[in-house]
Amino acid sequence: MDLATNMLTKIWILPAVMAGSFVVILLVGKRLPERGRAMIGIVAVALCFVLSLLSAFGWTQRVDSEDAGVVACGSARYQEPIVGGMAEHGDVGAPKSEGGAEADAEAAAARTAPLVVGESAAALPTSVAAEEEGAEEEHHSTPPVMCAWTWFEIGTPGAAVAQESDAHAEGSADGDHAETVSADNQANGLFEFGFLADGLTVMMLITVTFISLLVHIYSLEYLHGDVRHTHYYAFLSLFTSAMLFYVSSSNTLQMLVGWELVGLCSFGLIGHWWEEKDNSDAALKAFLTNRVGDVGLILGVIITFFAAGATSFNVLHLNEYALSDGANQALLLVGALCLFGGVTSKSGQFPLHTWLPDAMAGPTPVSALIHAATMVVAGVYLIARLYAVFFEGLNIQYNSINYVAVIGGITVLGGALLAFVQTDLKKVLAYSTISQLGYMVMALGVGAWTAGVFHLFTHAFFKACLFLGAGSVAHACHHTFEMGKMGGLHKYMKTTYWTFTIATLALIGLFPMAGFWSKDEILAGAAQGQDQSYTLMFVFGVLGAICTAAYMTRAWFLTFRGEYRGHGTPHESPKVMTVPLVLLCAGAVAFGFLNFPFTDTFPFSLMPEGLTLRFEHYVEPTFAFPEEFAHPKFDWRIALLTTVLAVVSMLAAYQFYGPRFGRSPFHGWSKKQPFAFFYKVLVNKYYLDVLYTDIIVRHTKGAVARAAYWVNMHIIDPVVVGAGVVARVAGGFVYKFVDQGAIDRVVNASGTASDESGQLLRRVQTGKVQQYAALFFGGAILFAFFLVLFV
Amino acid sequence: MLLNQFLFLAAALFCIGVYGVMARRNAVMVLMSIELILNAVNINLVAFSTFLRDPSGSVFALFVIAVAAAEVGVGLALVLMLFRNKKSIDIDDVDLLKG
Repeated sequence: MDLATNMLTKIWILPAVMAGSFVVILLVGKRLPERGRAMIGIVAVALCFVLSLLSAFGWTQRVDSEDAGVVACGSARYQEPIVGGMAEHGDVGAPKSEGGAEADAEAAAARTAPLVVGESAAALPTSVAAEEEGAEEEHHSTPPVMCAWTWFEIGTPGAAVAQESDAHAEGSADGDHAETVSADNQANGLFEFGFLADGLTVMMLITVTFISLLVHIYSLEYLHGDVRHTHYYAFLSLFTSAMLFYVSSSNTLQMLVGWELVGLCSFGLIGHWWEEKDNSDAALKAFLTNRVGDVGLILGVIITFFAAGATSFNVLHLNEYALSDGANQALLLVGALCLFGGVTSKSGQFPLHTWLPDAMAGPTPVSALIHAATMVVAGVYLIARLYAVFFEGLNIQYNSINYVAVIGGITVLGGALLAFVQTDLKKVLAYSTISQLGYMVMALGVGAWTAGVFHLFTHAFFKACLFLGAGSVAHACHHTFEMGKMGGLHKYMKTTYWTFTIATLALIGLFPMAGFWSKDEILAGAAQGQDQSYTLMFVFGVLGAICTAAYMTRAWFLTFRGEYRGHGTPHESPKVMTVPLVLLCAGAVAFGFLNFPFTDTFPFSLMPEGLTLRFEHYVEPTFAFPEEFAHPKFDWRIALLTTVLAVVSMLAAYQFYGPRFGRSPFHGWSKKQPFAFFYKVLVNKYYLDVLYTDIIVRHTKGAVARAAYWVNMHIIDPVVVGAGVVARVAGGFVYKFVDQGAIDRVVNASGTASDESGQLLRRVQTGKVQQYAALFFGGAILFAFFLVLFV
Repeated sequence: MLLNQFLFLAAALFCIGVYGVMARRNAVMVLMSIELILNAVNINLVAFSTFLRDPSGSVFALFVIAVAAAEVGVGLALVLMLFRNKKSIDIDDVDLLKG
């Protein structure tokens, strides 16, 4: 096993390194100079980035190698799901009652040799098709690398161990096939602490560490001389650690921990400048809104756990359960919808997206890292990770509409429309993020897994670039994000201008930027669907794309073109801020080609197969994943349609906000009926905040307060008073009988006893030396007698 | 050589000494009685030393004589101080430690 593969079993190192960096910055950060404490974080993230590249290399090797078996380490055993692995491979799913040792041996022969590391009793079933199944030979499944330790176990593990040793004996007799057989103890609960590496994890590791690294570097200048510089860098490290922990977790319980930790960091960093009430309010809003969704998340984790036999929180176990024939569809549906509650809040889906624009109160690099590129996609990652649960629960295969896709679609359009009326550059980007997250969720909702995850990947780069670009602009314009005070900045800040422009084009989705490929794949996925096309989602997606093109053009014109409307002379940011922009911009251009669609059309049919659909090849799981799964085909018509529509809407925005800004024929329409009504609705953010604070909160808080007061007066107070009375009575009793009756008497008696014995013995002390001598000699005589007689 | 005779002599001296220590009221006489006890022990030591042809007993007797001399010095000094303070060397008069 080489270094890169080895790395896959040790991805826990990444969160551990960042946690170490957090602790070090917290402990010694105050004593270091500003640059020094930043360096701790930067070095740690850079190390993690290198390690994640290494693990990515390991994963590509693993996918490409033909005999990728099970790699597992740690001490935990992974249990085979209740009804067996993939339904397609009958041998694996053979009923337990049918076969004794023979069936096990048969199954052993049908699997490729797993590679079990260490003393573990790992029993991941490798459901690679056997050679004799000619039709299945093409299908090549690569199980994830698991590294888990048993936390605790319910049931009797003894029987399982005996079985395994049997199986080992058979395996060695068979020669080529070493085999570990899953335990037949279905009643056993196995709770593990573990890490799981597969393409999705590795992709997230790279995204998180790369953007985190650039944000760390960027912050060197952006937060130069900040009041809470140590606090800031410590939180960045903690966030990175928590996010890495979240994406590398092997079970839903651990994911829950990571999920809450990133939420905590988000809270801490939004409220970084808490001296202003708006900022601490925004932090609270983010935290509380997320709590609402987290209730759903916790319920979802519990429901899926019990649905899958209450034996393991392992995501593979849950997924395999969802794919098995005996899965309870209703439970899966409820579980998936509850989980989606968490996704709704964390990933800014309608109607819980309201916290995300307010979260822009935090420092801009934080917005780039947490509220654009990484944390907010935690929800998307959750769906992607537990995809079988969603796929089966929502019946994505056979539907043409489902809850996840609809919410995604509404979010795409709703977020994009709100971005129009914002005057704050960061708010535009925030609503744009909401809209793009809607795309990802919608993609997963319509069954285009790879498209959604690919969009997550590309979006991370161009959106981080846009946010950091906005930060650079604000750095130049006296820390304002008001687009009214910008304009004409292309003359002053060339690098920021060009990177922002390219990232904008990527966000709009113009050929050949990254956004084009991923967005197009999503739209193709929606149009083609699985069994039926998701037409409604496709319409939402196209409308969203049109809006995206228009509002980004508007923001771009207001910020960079025209005349400068602020005061002073803006200046380009230093290298330490522009270099990350350039790197992210390069990603926004290049990474679209990672999933270059395969087509038969000339000249692209000349592309060697090794260059097309690499992302799908490496990232899409092939293990515990829906099998009968249609991948969207690249469609010229869709690509052409969206491109033309985007260009048209860009031209429309140019009409409005371009050189003829303020003189276009449409100017002032926002004040005319019926547009004024829509404008008002948009400015008020669909009145969702009004609904939440003025209607829901106002009408519940009085009732809740009264109820709480009643509970206080009638339940808690009597309890407290009762406890006091009981304590006083008990105290009196103890005083009377225990203290006075027993303890005091013992104390007094010991005093009296020593007094009496002293009185008795003082008679001996006559002071006459000769009497002492007599006693002494008498004693000596007695002692001598004793010696003579008894010794 | 007859060891018994020396042992009897030593025992007799020891008993006389003990009697003196307990019965005499004159402090000097008490000290002298202590000397008798010590010398009874010395006789035992020398007698056994000669009997067993082991010189260490004699050496030990020499040590006892030296220590006894020192003891008498300290004892007589005590008696002298006693006399200066009480104008008497009757040890029945000295019972300051009476409980």
